[in-house]
Amino acid sequence: MRKTCLDMVYELARKDSRIFFIGSDLGVGTLKQFKTEMPNRFLMEGVSEANLVGMAAGLALEGKIVYINTIATFLTRRCFEQVALDLCLHKANVRLIANGGGVVYAPLGPTHEAIEDIAIFRTLPRMTILAPADAEEMRRLMPATVDHQGPIYIRLGKGGDPVVTNDRVPFQIGKAYPMKEGSDALIVSTGIMLKAALEAAASLEAVGIKTGVLHVPTVKPFDQETFLEKARPVPAIVTVEEHSVIGGLGGAVAEIMAEAGFQTPKRFRRIGIPDVFPDQYGSQASLLRRYEITAEKIVSVIRQLRGLEQPQPQPA
Amino acid sequence: MIKPPPVNTTSLDARSRELRRRIVRMLEKGGRGHVGSAFSLVEILRVLYDDFLKYDSRVPRWPQRDRFILSKGHGCLALYVLLAEKGFFPESELWKFCKPDGILGGHPEYGKVPGIEASTGSLGHGLPIAVGFALNARHEKAGHRTVVVSSDGECNEGSVWEAALCAGKHKLSNLTVLVDYNKQQSYSTTYEVLDMEPFADKWRAFGFAVEEVDGHDVEQLRGALKRVPFDSSKPTTILCHTIKGKGARFVENNLNWHHKNKVTEEEIKSLLAELEDPS
Repeated sequence: MRKTCLDMVYELARKDSRIFFIGSDLGVGTLKQFKTEMPNRFLMEGVSEANLVGMAAGLALEGKIVYINTIATFLTRRCFEQVALDLCLHKANVRLIANGGGVVYAPLGPTHEAIEDIAIFRTLPRMTILAPADAEEMRRLMPATVDHQGPIYIRLGKGGDPVVTNDRVPFQIGKAYPMKEGSDALIVSTGIMLKAALEAAASLEAVGIKTGVLHVPTVKPFDQETFLEKARPVPAIVTVEEHSVIGGLGGAVAEIMAEAGFQTPKRFRRIGIPDVFPDQYGSQASLLRRYEITAEKIVSVIRQLRGLEQPQPQPA
Repeated sequence: MIKPPPVNTTSLDARSRELRRRIVRMLEKGGRGHVGSAFSLVEILRVLYDDFLKYDSRVPRWPQRDRFILSKGHGCLALYVLLAEKGFFPESELWKFCKPDGILGGHPEYGKVPGIEASTGSLGHGLPIAVGFALNARHEKAGHRTVVVSSDGECNEGSVWEAALCAGKHKLSNLTVLVDYNKQQSYSTTYEVLDMEPFADKWRAFGFAVEEVDGHDVEQLRGALKRVPFDSSKPTTILCHTIKGKGARFVENNLNWHHKNKVTEEEIKSLLAELEDPS
């Protein structure tokens, strides 16, 4: 996904002279071809993220479209004020390409794990948050980022994530995509969790629980209309995300549901990282298993919400 | 031993006194403002807008204009007075300072105030944005210049030095930083709070060509700006030695006047008396 994203920056920049790329201190050879062919629009400015965001705002205010790439936590935690003021307040056309959304950097520990990036950026007026499911969706998404007005946060998965979308799933900023219909339950997912959502829905279908899947590649602005259309008929709704259960996709859905005034009762659960800093190394997959952000867990939670399974006691 | 605050005996001419009187009137209307920080800046901004910056106030976004950012946004009272005088917006806006129906608040806002290139107020944002402006001008082979007014207090911020490193690396000779170097910040002297010395050496070490002037001496400021860039392969820093609150003796170096709330009629009278033209 990251490679596709950066390849697309290069492809788009070849066609559009407004596009600049700014990296911090990225891996050797990153966007080599971009640097060779368009050296004046390629900047590698060091481990100075606050300045990166500010200078990108300056370029954007002059009419440029600036793609910044570095690790997600540095863009969100360290640069929050620069993003809020230099980008959002100024409506600057800067695109933040964030490596390692969620627990991609599991072996590197909590300093590098972006578990609350969606939550904190979701509070920023004018911010757009994109979390595609796979490289194919990334390829369809990137052209839409060129002429969009205002800043965009693009959350990257690990790379090599299984491809679960295809050309039949279009991409438009601000749209949620129903990937599967179902009248008994609805799974709402963002980013790479679409795969687990689809697997869970298939397992549930096999035992007669008709489960829909709504893929939300744009977490902000949230496609409330499509969500409500899919949520209204179903009795059970589950969100799944590689992110804290506080303030991310699950938070957004909970806010909307609380105010929706549904005519029929709904049961609802968020699946995500609990309110902790991940306490183990290992891999993205092992941390997702540790926090039960898996297809099996989705199946189990939906069975519970449908009254077919008792909740498991929580470990003390 | 902590160094005492600076002394400056440069006398102010009629224009400098009038600009300050206007600041006092805004203060009176708004009931609050960073008075000391604005008085410190008047000559720097006056010389920039009278003699240095290229602009067309009827077309604030004129592409060939010089880009100016007041990075110490809290000094905006002085900037507003000059922008109004130059015709960027009607003078009547000055008298609505900090009011719900006005465009002028305690920190300048991009998109709201004609002539403001970037919203500032939180310190340490102006120079990084200016680096973007200057890089763009070079990229476009445009002749306009980018000017930032910062302060010694603002230079506590790490982002200022990240941007300074970047400007130095790119040899941005089209970028000029004027530092309102009044040796005071909100709590105390800069020497006590966070000593920036040796200040000029720091800027030189970051790749800037540096000169120091009396920041209340209009001729010295003009002379220095005429020589910008001091080095054709470096960005410029002009350290402007100033007095916080310059122009009213009871405000000068008086930390209680960094920001003033609930200004009394008596205080306004005293300020105006200090700024009266000699008969």
